[in-house]
Amino acid sequence: MIYLPIAEVSVNAFLLLGLGGAVGVLSGMFGVGGGFLMTPLLFFIGIPPAVAVATEANQIVASSFSGVLAHLRRKTVDLKMGVVLLIGGLVGAALGVSVFNYLKSLGQVDLLVKLCYVLFLGIIGGLMFVESLNAIRKTKSGKPQPRKKHNWIHGLPFKMRFRTSGLYISVIPPLIVGVLVGILAAIMGVGGGFIMVPAMIYLLGMPTKVVVGTSLFQIIFVTGFTTLLHATTNYTVDMVLAVLLLVGGVVGAQFGTVIGARLKAEQLRILLAIMVLVVCGKLALDLLIQPSELFSVGAVGGH
Amino acid sequence: MRRLVFLLALFAMPLQAEEVVLGLSQDQVSISTNFDGSEITLYGAIKREAPIPTEEPLQVVVTISGPKEPVTVRRKDRRLGIWVNVDALSVSAAPSFYAIATSADWGDVINEADDLRHTISIPRAIRSVGAWSQVDEPRDFINALIRIRTDNGLYALKENAVDLRDSTLFTTSIQMPANLTEGDYATRIFLTRSGKVISKYETSIDVRKVGLERWLFNLSRKQPLVYGLLSLAIAIAAGWGASAAFRLIRSG
Repeated sequence: MIYLPIAEVSVNAFLLLGLGGAVGVLSGMFGVGGGFLMTPLLFFIGIPPAVAVATEANQIVASSFSGVLAHLRRKTVDLKMGVVLLIGGLVGAALGVSVFNYLKSLGQVDLLVKLCYVLFLGIIGGLMFVESLNAIRKTKSGKPQPRKKHNWIHGLPFKMRFRTSGLYISVIPPLIVGVLVGILAAIMGVGGGFIMVPAMIYLLGMPTKVVVGTSLFQIIFVTGFTTLLHATTNYTVDMVLAVLLLVGGVVGAQFGTVIGARLKAEQLRILLAIMVLVVCGKLALDLLIQPSELFSVGAVGGH
Repeated sequence: MRRLVFLLALFAMPLQAEEVVLGLSQDQVSISTNFDGSEITLYGAIKREAPIPTEEPLQVVVTISGPKEPVTVRRKDRRLGIWVNVDALSVSAAPSFYAIATSADWGDVINEADDLRHTISIPRAIRSVGAWSQVDEPRDFINALIRIRTDNGLYALKENAVDLRDSTLFTTSIQMPANLTEGDYATRIFLTRSGKVISKYETSIDVRKVGLERWLFNLSRKQPLVYGLLSLAIAIAAGWGASAAFRLIRSG
């Protein structure tokens, strides 16, 4: 047992190391920060929500940094695309925070965050699942996949060459993706990888191989910014909790990156899709089934 | 008005014929990194100038109360098929921890009026101002708060937990959970006879973070930017360290 100074609760240190490790593996495999899994898990073991969200951001920085280094060595990070997404992401995060505060003033921010999760996880998970199944079926039947689709996205101005991704597209779609992901990330309190990865694959047409590294690269900065914001305004970053989670997380991320590199892109996507759908289902059930305790206790002003 | 009540209270126990002499196993609880809850043992004696009055047995009530803070209690209900928070009660002050130990059944140790006057029982210790204007049934919300905190080990009413011998010596121990907040924990001992408080003794137990916990907590409050940057630096160093270590293992 270890006492967390900011969260003011005592928890089992090995449980936290294990959680960090498990989520770290997923983070390295799929290029998602893992926040959408870890944050609910932290609530579950009794960490106050505000502390869980803020500390999770700090932990994501560590596991993403560890993951991105592994990807940099393998040259699977599109830095140029990453920077474009990041610019959009920071603008989006700023917008997201003001949306969040507006919802908070309406008093139903909890519900909206959960509905956001269910909606986005459901749509993204479902689409990815169907698409990856089709892709697997196609590769099995031996038909070549149509690699590049030319759609309206390729008709936009301000074209830029993204060599690592092998793309020559306008900067507008990646910027918009960045802004949207930033908004959602701020509202939902996560890095946003699970939205960005599919967006990069399906909207921008980036190769799956570089998507993971690029998404991790962008996530480092967005979550780093979030950590500082939480630490200076809400004082809810728990360093002891963060260190325990990230020791497990960084080790897990390294293993995850290795596993991810060995799996086929379709397999990777279908696994991520299943995981997203499971979390979505759990959250939806929580909203639909009558809770055993109808009342909840919170600090004043908190949620 | 308050002064009047106080005067009346003084009048009600004019003699202080029986007084408490108290000892604590510890008057300070140090929250260190491996803090896992604490058990406080209180032992005491009753000092008298006169022989023990015999008409009614003496009873002892011990309370320990954590710092009082405002909390919000929310209630969920079904709206359009999903369970959402529909209403909330802001409680002006509720103790973060509250434990009561008595030497007999609750009904035998204290009467309603003295409970109210000294705010002894758990519902009395929770103060909610203007509750009726916020929700229809504030009692449900207060009960829920007590239920949730009792389940977490934060509130406890232990009847017959004070061991009283010959109306003179008493001892009890109170369990404090791991999830304590810092502050002065007000400790009160009441001596009662036929439900009336005849003597009262107050002290406090100091619950403090120490060592690394203290340092981190202070840094996060006084120098939040430094604290945030330090958190980031640790995160990046850990990420880089793990990555480098892993590469070494794989290459060598």
